[in-house]
Amino acid sequence: MSKPLKQIHLAAHFPGVNNTTVWSDPAAGSHIEFSSFAHFARTAERAKFDFLFLAEGLRLREQGGRIYDLDVVGRPDTFTVLAALAAVTDRLGLTGTINSTFNEPYEVARQFASLDHLSGGRSAWNVVTSWDAFTGENFRRGGFLPQDERYARAKEFLATAHELFDSWSGDEILADQGTGAFLRDARAGAFVHRGQHFDIHGRFNVPRSPQGRPVIFQAGDSEEGREFAAAGADAIFSRYSHLEEGRAFYADVKGRLAKYGRRPDQLLILPAATFVLGDTDAEADELAREVRRQQVSGATALKHLEFVWNRDLSGYDPEGPLPDIDPLVSEEHISRGRAQVRMYRDPVAIAREWRELAEANKWSIRDLVINNGNRQTFVGAPATVARTINEFVQADASDGFILVPHITPGGLDPFADQVVPILQEQGVFRADYEGTTLREHLGLAHPDAAAPAERAAS
Amino acid sequence: MHLAVALDGTGWHPASWREPVARPGELFTAGYWAGQVAEAERGLLDFVTFEDGLGPQSAHPLEPDDRTDQVRGRLDAVLVASRVAPLTRHIGLVPTVVATHTEPFHISKAIATLDYVSTGRAGLRVRITARPDEADHFGRRTVERIRAYDSPDARGLVTDLFDEAADHVEVVRRLWDSWEDDAEIRDRTTGRFVDRDKLHYIDFEGRFFSVKGPSITPRPPQGQPLVSALAHDTVPYRLLARQADVGYVTPRDTEHARAILAEIRAEQESAGRAGETLHVFGDLLVFLDDSRKEAEARRERLDALAGEPYTGDARIFTGTAAQLADLLEELAGAGLTGFRLRPAVTGHDLPRISRDLVPELQRRGRFRTAYEADTLRGLLGLARPANRYAATAAEATAV
Repeated sequence: MSKPLKQIHLAAHFPGVNNTTVWSDPAAGSHIEFSSFAHFARTAERAKFDFLFLAEGLRLREQGGRIYDLDVVGRPDTFTVLAALAAVTDRLGLTGTINSTFNEPYEVARQFASLDHLSGGRSAWNVVTSWDAFTGENFRRGGFLPQDERYARAKEFLATAHELFDSWSGDEILADQGTGAFLRDARAGAFVHRGQHFDIHGRFNVPRSPQGRPVIFQAGDSEEGREFAAAGADAIFSRYSHLEEGRAFYADVKGRLAKYGRRPDQLLILPAATFVLGDTDAEADELAREVRRQQVSGATALKHLEFVWNRDLSGYDPEGPLPDIDPLVSEEHISRGRAQVRMYRDPVAIAREWRELAEANKWSIRDLVINNGNRQTFVGAPATVARTINEFVQADASDGFILVPHITPGGLDPFADQVVPILQEQGVFRADYEGTTLREHLGLAHPDAAAPAERAAS
Repeated sequence: MHLAVALDGTGWHPASWREPVARPGELFTAGYWAGQVAEAERGLLDFVTFEDGLGPQSAHPLEPDDRTDQVRGRLDAVLVASRVAPLTRHIGLVPTVVATHTEPFHISKAIATLDYVSTGRAGLRVRITARPDEADHFGRRTVERIRAYDSPDARGLVTDLFDEAADHVEVVRRLWDSWEDDAEIRDRTTGRFVDRDKLHYIDFEGRFFSVKGPSITPRPPQGQPLVSALAHDTVPYRLLARQADVGYVTPRDTEHARAILAEIRAEQESAGRAGETLHVFGDLLVFLDDSRKEAEARRERLDALAGEPYTGDARIFTGTAAQLADLLEELAGAGLTGFRLRPAVTGHDLPRISRDLVPELQRRGRFRTAYEADTLRGLLGLARPANRYAATAAEATAV
């Protein structure tokens, strides 16, 4: 007998500050008005998605010492938008990226526990780290953290937040109007944490929330990032949306769970994915090419090259050949506040490779950037896209996808209307929500159900 | 006359949760808060404030207690305000934010975003905390326990905390202005999404922290959301004078109100803001019933349940809506431009405010009969402020 089909998890990332969002399209709306977020969230919920995801950045990006002005600039506060979205949705999970470097556990735990209460158990936290002094200039701490300590702090931050969430077991509130006992336990919320990064104690002031703890997401691909996720995350955002890479990453990360006493289904692997739909595959291919040209203007192409060359290339013609000078290798980078520059670890070799690639294909600077990056993950007619997504999931290259449309806020609508029904028909995606909390959508156990013996003993 | 209501748990009386109307089991649900704010909006009130703190509520002002007979625990006020924003249309939403231990960068974008999600109805009520246990929740500094409020140590601590709060608000306000209103240009010909000359570093350097800017969030719809604070003494009056649009004060009577106002107006002049509107609202805790006798009986009943008479910082009113209207008119005569009412029992006294007091004030021609503005600043008669950096940029061009 064949294996039962895996169920696909789908989520949506509100497109914003990244180089794939096409703001110049006539269909592009506001990226900041609440109506855009509400539209996007309602579409995701109509399509029975697991959750909506918001990214975060705490300083405007700069390049060449000036604010980067070619992509969407500006975004709202994560918690505030997610809380407001809880009012216009009923089931959709609400996932926010919150930095563990420029926040404090007490405050963040309060906010996530509050969001979980206010959404009826739909909150999730994507834990990210930062260390750079550039972002630190907006905060009291400044740039205080050595790079190699960022995961140590993140780990302790998360552990501390869990101690705060667990400081209420969930049965303390009696609110008995007759006897006058509001609390069963005078010490509800008491906590003590003494560690290297946090030495705090006192009383946590938010009672246990519907999910007990928010769902924990983690992004990051380094060795430390993978261990961090394997040790404690419920889901990991990966950037591997190609089949073989995806399968390798999937096998690697899931293989790490056993040593933490966890089963493979306790950590979901969800790559970010983009898509372009057409009536036919050929039409979608054509449309995808157009979108890539919209995503990469001549000015954008030059700026993208500067990530590698690390010097001002504004004098070059984007429709001309690649610069014949070598990248500047320096501790100081022309681009600030952007994670992707770390991908280019050997810029001289990359520049050589790109020059050879451009010469062989007779590509201009802009052609190279268009062909080299930003290629959409899923391109085709709805049936093709549905089939491909299902193949990925059944082949254990992922447990599903976080879709990132290139248009705000309507870019998700075609996927919801055209692809989701096919997946539902095939029995690989839910026809309706079966639970009310995000943990239920993701098939994750409630934390209180995990250790009944421990609860009974306390 | 302007009217606001201060929401805190099931009400301001510590035994309020015992009342059948209180619904204490629902305090941690969105529906509870949506219902309260809808009731306030029904009464056409200017705004509601949401109390908050970085530790559990306590009968003691400076430390936690071990009581189990009162409401303990609460949700983050900014998130509560955000959660109800899409469900309301007119009423202002003013969560409490604590300036001590928090990051002005985070607060600025949170309130700016509240302004977006409420389309121009956001404000904040800034407060400090001098509680050593709350400092221990953050572990980044220790706060010495205040032994006597009139000691030089206590005065020094409180003055520092309020100075830090003033800097905090200054940073928040600068960040709101760090984007000019028309910074987003979407210029297809040059490929520029923003005009970066209209984004400004705030370069704040102060005694307590420094912040570079600009904000990650564009300038909010109101330009500057409402800034408010509660003040009982000269040091906080100075914070109002320097940074607030609305101050809440606690006069005992009309004469006291006059004295407070004189002091605030003098501070306002010293701060160089004499020309700007600074609303001063009187705070009153209210028991509203069909007769004074009933209101007093209710107060006595709640005091008995609590085991002691309730006393707070604000004057306690017991009586009818008409009697409260008389008192408000009298206090308004001293120069107060509005009132923030603290319902003793929210489930009882808030509907009395919206359904009895408001019609009474309307009959007297002292309160609006419809919402006549789309923004909170508009409701309060406050203009949308010019952007401080745009002005500087224009001057630089003129020179």
